[in-house]
Amino acid sequence: MPDTITREEICQPENMIYCRTPLLTDAPLSYCPGCGHGTAHRLIMEVIEEMNLQADTIGVAPVGCSVLAYDFLDIDMQQAAHGRAPAVATGIKRLMPDKFVFTYQGDGDLAAIGTGETIHACNRGENITIFFVNNGIYGMTGGQMAPTTLPNMKTATSPFGRDVQTMGYPLKITELIAMLPGTYFVSRQSVHTPANVRKAKKAIEKAISYQKLNKGLSFVEIVSNCNSGWKMTPLESNKWMEENMFSFFPLGDIKVPK
Amino acid sequence: MAKVKGEIVVNTERCKGCQLCVPVCKENVIAMSENLNGKGYHFAQSVNDECNGCINCALVCPDGAITVYRVKLNESLKAAS
Repeated sequence: MPDTITREEICQPENMIYCRTPLLTDAPLSYCPGCGHGTAHRLIMEVIEEMNLQADTIGVAPVGCSVLAYDFLDIDMQQAAHGRAPAVATGIKRLMPDKFVFTYQGDGDLAAIGTGETIHACNRGENITIFFVNNGIYGMTGGQMAPTTLPNMKTATSPFGRDVQTMGYPLKITELIAMLPGTYFVSRQSVHTPANVRKAKKAIEKAISYQKLNKGLSFVEIVSNCNSGWKMTPLESNKWMEENMFSFFPLGDIKVPK
Repeated sequence: MAKVKGEIVVNTERCKGCQLCVPVCKENVIAMSENLNGKGYHFAQSVNDECNGCINCALVCPDGAITVYRVKLNESLKAAS
């Protein structure tokens, strides 16, 4: 009887317990190394795969780093003008109420130019799901200050740190929309550790499954790193995020159905 | 008690060398290779056989480059004998 098992014997298809979901295309992700967007994409697609919704899901891509999301997600996708993803998703959902419609937006898209669309889609209680990836910066255009940039945080357009006297306070858009009666489920998660990834996946599962109930808008914020914009290595940026972002953007469910 | 044994396979061409998988592995299985992949990154690789198939590395990998395998050692040895 052999007392060891070789690598080849373990690496057999029947022993596989985790692999990249086939709902992600083979196209290499355009994101920087260590960026949370890739993990967020994967979690959404894993949930859609597990719920067997590939043929019934329509996603709306934003403008920002994730503008090319339609290249990576193997579902029906629509690209919206900057910030207008909730409005486009509203139209799609109203015309095709049987489909699962979600938007995937960054903070420059959702919390800056798209604030009006976001708040009104939430206030109307549109029966869609919004995934909001918040890294506190305009990542794609080179790390400029965003509405969600923390006080005293250095960016390309606030090189001495964000001065709240002249540049205002960071926008807690997730808390803001949680107050609106049209939202059904609002949660804030992150994807930088295995435990947080598992929690985020549960929140995404809830957000998608609540669409069946026709009770209102589900909103999941994912606090992410932007190591290129923050000028750090991926590991440093995750540590910085834990130390600085989470005190201002605390993780957890903000509004849960009663 | 069934002992479990895991193994990871890294898609080295997909790996961007962000190193997020290195500290989450409690068994210190993963290290960055000295070689470069086609994109010019030092890719992650398995450097010992301590893996227990906890899938932590695969969960945090933004590029989904890691596939994880796991066997229960006693069962597989029984089947082999």
